[in-house]
Amino acid sequence: MFGDIFAYIYQFIDSFAFLVLAALGMAIIYGMMGITNMAQGELIMIGAYVTDIMVCNLGMPLIIGIIIGTVFTGFVGLLMDRLIIKRLYDRPLDSVVATWGLSIALAQLIYIIFGPSMTGVSIPLGSFKVAGRSYSYYRLLLVAIAIVLILITFLVFKYTKFGLHSRATMQNREIANSLGVNANKMNAGTFMLGSALAGLCGGLYLPTMSLTPSYGESFLVQSFVTVLVGGADPLLGTVLAGGGLGIVQSILNMKFNTFYGKIGILLMAILFIRILPNGFSGYFNGVRLKMKLKKEKNRGDK
Amino acid sequence: MANMETPKEKILILDKVSKQFGGIQAVEDFSMSMDKGELRCLIGPNGAGKTTVFKMVMGVYPASSGRIVFQGEDITSISASKRARKGMSIKMQVPGVYEELTLRENMRIAAENYVPKKQLAEEIDRLIELVHIQDLGNPQVKNMSHGQQQWLEIAMALASNPSLLLLDEPAAGLGPEETEFTAELVTSLNKQGLSILFIEHDMNFVRKIADQVTVMYYGKKFAEGSIDEIVNDERVIQIYLGNS
Repeated sequence: MFGDIFAYIYQFIDSFAFLVLAALGMAIIYGMMGITNMAQGELIMIGAYVTDIMVCNLGMPLIIGIIIGTVFTGFVGLLMDRLIIKRLYDRPLDSVVATWGLSIALAQLIYIIFGPSMTGVSIPLGSFKVAGRSYSYYRLLLVAIAIVLILITFLVFKYTKFGLHSRATMQNREIANSLGVNANKMNAGTFMLGSALAGLCGGLYLPTMSLTPSYGESFLVQSFVTVLVGGADPLLGTVLAGGGLGIVQSILNMKFNTFYGKIGILLMAILFIRILPNGFSGYFNGVRLKMKLKKEKNRGDK
Repeated sequence: MANMETPKEKILILDKVSKQFGGIQAVEDFSMSMDKGELRCLIGPNGAGKTTVFKMVMGVYPASSGRIVFQGEDITSISASKRARKGMSIKMQVPGVYEELTLRENMRIAAENYVPKKQLAEEIDRLIELVHIQDLGNPQVKNMSHGQQQWLEIAMALASNPSLLLLDEPAAGLGPEETEFTAELVTSLNKQGLSILFIEHDMNFVRKIADQVTVMYYGKKFAEGSIDEIVNDERVIQIYLGNS
C-alpha cells in the first residue's frame, strides 16, 4: 500500500518537474512578450547537444556542461530575437509561423551536423528502493531544481530592476519607453532568459533520454499544453498547470502507460480551450477581480 | 536691459512636423517653438492633432517629415527611451500608469534609471509627497482614484528630473478641488524653472496658468499668442471656444 502511494507521489512530482522545467521558458516568453515560441523545443535540443558535447567529447563534468549549454542557448535565443523575433513583437500569429519554421530549420541543421543520434550521458547519483521498487535520486534532484527555479523566477520578476522593467514593458510598451525604459532591450533580455531556461531543461534531461535531432519534440507538446492550460501569468500559470497536468499524467502513466499519459494531457488542452480559454491563471485572476468588485459593492451599500 | 536684448534659449523647436497614418494626415507642417522655462498650452478642438504632436515630440510616434530639436539637439530620429534620458518627460492623456502594479512599483520604474539606488526610497517619498498622495500607503494603482492616478503619473514624469514636461490633459476628469491643486502644482513646477507644454480643454485651467497658447485646427497651427490674445481672437472663438 505504502509502496503504491509512494510510486504515485514520485510519478506526480516527476511529471510536475518535467512540465515546469519544459514550460517555464516558453511561459515567460509568452507571458511577458506575447510570443508563442514554437522553436522552444529546438532550444531545449540545443541545450542538450551543447551539454552532450561538453560532457562526452570534452570530458567536462555534467554540471559544467549544463551551465555552458544554458548560457549558449541563451545567446542563441538573443540572436534569434535580434534577427527574427524583434520584427514580430506586435504580431503574435506571425510569430507562431515564423518560430515553427525556425524549429524545422534548426532540427534539420542539427541532423546535418551531428547525424541521427549522439552518445548519451548516463544518469548520475544512483538510485534507492522503496517497497521493492527502484527510484532515481537524479529525478528527485530535478524536482528540487524545478521548485528552486520557480522561486528564483518569482524573485527576479518581483524584486529586481530587470523584472520590474520587464513587467512594465509587458503591460504597456509605450509608457515604458516614455519613462526611459528601453523596451526592445527588455524584450531581448526576456527572450534570452526564456531561451536559457530551455537550454537548462535540455541539459538537465539529457541523462534521462536519448539524444536525437527530434529531442525537442518530446518537450514541445507538453510545454505548449502547460502554457495553454496555465494562461498568461508565467509563474502562477506554470505552477498550477504543472500541478494539474502532473496529476493527470502521473495517474494515466501509472494505470496504463506513458502513451495514455500524453493523450490525457492533450485531452486536458482541448478541455481548457473549451471551458477555460484563458487558462488557470486567467480563471483565478477573474475570480479575484469578481471578489474585489463584490467587496467594493458591499462597502458602497453600507 | 542687456538681458532683455539677449534672445531666450529655445528648449523645443518643431519645424514643419507632419504625421500621416495611412491616408489620414493627422498633423501637417506644424511649427512651434518654446523658450526655456516657458509654460505653454496647446489647445484645439477634438481631433486637431494635439496628442499626435505630443507623441511625436516624445518619440512615441515617429514624425513622417519635419524636424524636432530639443535643447539644441536634433532628436527627430531617436527613440522615446533616449529622449526620456535626455530630459523629456510625458504624462499621457489616458493615465499612463501601470494599474496592475503598486504605487511604489510605478515610481520605481520611473525613477530607477535616474536616481542612485541609495537615494531611491527618499526621492520616491519626496515626489509622492509633492503630488499629495503620501497618505495612500502603497496600494495597487487600479485601486486609486482617477485624480490620484493623474498625480502619480506627474510624479513619475518628474522622477527623471526633466527639463521639459509634457502634460496631456492634466485636469481631465478632475473635480474642482483636484483641478485647483493640479493648477497650483503645475504653476509651482514652472516657477522652479521647469519648461512645461500642456494640452487642456478646460479653459478656466488654461486661463489660470498658461503664459503662451498655441491653437491647432485640423492638424495645423491656427493661432498663437498670449492667453488674452487667444481668448479675444474671433477666429479662435469661432472654431474652438465658441463651441465649448
